[in-house]
Amino acid sequence: MPVPEHLEFFIDPNRCIGCQACVQACAECDTHRGYSMIQLDYIARSESPQTVPIVCMHCESPTCAEVCPADAVKRTEDGVVQSARKPRCIACNNCVLACPFGVPKMETPMELMMKCDMCYDRTSVGKKPMCASVCPSQALFYGARDQIERQRPRSRPIHRFLFGRQIIVTKVHLMVPFESPVAPMDVIAAFRETVIGHVFGPNFSAETMVGGGK
Amino acid sequence: MMPGKPEVRRALFWGVLFTAILAGLIVVGSRNLSHFDAALVGYTFAVLFALFGIVYRYAIWLQRPPTAMYWKQGWQAFLAPRHLISNLAHWVGRCVTDIALNRFIWIRGRLRWLAHWTIMWGCALAVGITFPLVFGWLHFESVPGDFDSYRISLFGFPTADFSVHSLFGFLLFHGLVWSAVFVIVGVMIAMRRRMRDEGAAAVQIFAEDFLPLVLLFAVSLTGLLLTSSYTWMKGYGYDFLAILHAVTVIFTLLWLPFGKFFHIFQRPAQLGVTFYKDLGRRGESATCRRCAKPFSSRMHVEDLIRVEKELGYSFEAEDPIGHYQWVCPPCRRALFALAQGRMWHGPGSQRAPGIPAQGSSHVNPGLGEGPLGEEDRENFHP
Repeated sequence: MPVPEHLEFFIDPNRCIGCQACVQACAECDTHRGYSMIQLDYIARSESPQTVPIVCMHCESPTCAEVCPADAVKRTEDGVVQSARKPRCIACNNCVLACPFGVPKMETPMELMMKCDMCYDRTSVGKKPMCASVCPSQALFYGARDQIERQRPRSRPIHRFLFGRQIIVTKVHLMVPFESPVAPMDVIAAFRETVIGHVFGPNFSAETMVGGGK
Repeated sequence: MMPGKPEVRRALFWGVLFTAILAGLIVVGSRNLSHFDAALVGYTFAVLFALFGIVYRYAIWLQRPPTAMYWKQGWQAFLAPRHLISNLAHWVGRCVTDIALNRFIWIRGRLRWLAHWTIMWGCALAVGITFPLVFGWLHFESVPGDFDSYRISLFGFPTADFSVHSLFGFLLFHGLVWSAVFVIVGVMIAMRRRMRDEGAAAVQIFAEDFLPLVLLFAVSLTGLLLTSSYTWMKGYGYDFLAILHAVTVIFTLLWLPFGKFFHIFQRPAQLGVTFYKDLGRRGESATCRRCAKPFSSRMHVEDLIRVEKELGYSFEAEDPIGHYQWVCPPCRRALFALAQGRMWHGPGSQRAPGIPAQGSSHVNPGLGEGPLGEEDRENFHP
């Protein structure tokens, strides 16, 4: 069964508190049992506690599938880019290196690429993906668009991203400020940036937090 | 005039060429069809059609930019004179562990391995017996003066004699029974998994996942019924069963180029990938243009940039990035979040040109939670 059209995935790394609930819940999914597919990273561990949860963005024209020499990565009609088909994947690593979001993982002994498939066993029957069902800050949100618009009036979802000259359109949405430009988010614009928000460096003090915090 | 695009014409050429070669070998190997059994002509034409379809699809597949890249680079890596001997030894080892023993499926799951291994060897045994018989390449004839013995003739050349009452004779003449039992065991295990595993149930589709199992079961069962008919039932219903068996086999052969069975011909590409990766490890590493850490091989990144250009992607970026492929996967994830943060908070603190970023790291670097294995450790440089 296809994933219901009215239910969509929205991510907001700004809200992530790094609790790892998504990492543990992800491994419970039946389509990749025992393996966590979510990528939960510290951006710069020694400078900031900021964490980033990245799920597969399910691109409309998935680079991982296009560069696959074995035709192992397929996108179903509901727009979900499935994990590599087991009989076909030859573990070449092309998809891992080509994904602009850095999502796929490689299980070399199994000769298999594995990636987030939006918990297809759950979402295809109308349930939430495991990560979104346990995320306490709802950095990972799965639901109807009117619901998230109602709950987060300062935000709006986007699904167009710019990498150099390449625009990538995705099924999964990223929450950005409501008044931000309509143009695709330029990912490379942040190339020289180090961390988001406050920097806990040697000059950090409670006063800077209180005085400069927003 | 040849139809279609150049890649279609090339694929048609290879398909026709391979089909013609097999047809020629059938004529030669059966000694001008003198050993060819006319009753099996339907099987022969089904195999010829299947071969054309397989070669055509394979040739189209090999012309896709990423496949063409691996095909060319994989052979170059394998045939490199400096490493040819070690590559050959490695190739034999991988043939045994990956193809003969299916080690990678063993790691995926013991029951999955048992299902695949029994189906694979059952089919291989059946193909090894039936194809040479159908083509007239394998032929049995009585030994002059000894009615209890058969002589095996291969490509028209007489080889060994054996007694029809010997163990060898029993095993040989019942080869298809053993193969059918192997296949049925594997099909039952695979079918059970497809009916009970919720993960498999979510993504399986009938034509891709069930039909091959149904076909293999039908071929094996009707084959066993033929043996039962002439062994225990005095040939009851033999003609009908023979037609039914032929229908199931011919349908399976015709399905070979289209569905899941095509992986039989694609799968050996994993051996070429190994040599390509080995060559990459012996060479220079790629260096991330954001965090300056090594990830994967420089050769692989450069090849991917070429492949992406051929596919119409434009990930080219201004210096110092040059191309987004030069940014390692963890830094891509970090940039995504930083770009979002920039939209909320405006530009943040910037690092000076030439100073590498710290680079992101998995919150939980445990195997299965962060990277899945050694290759991911290289990809994600924890």
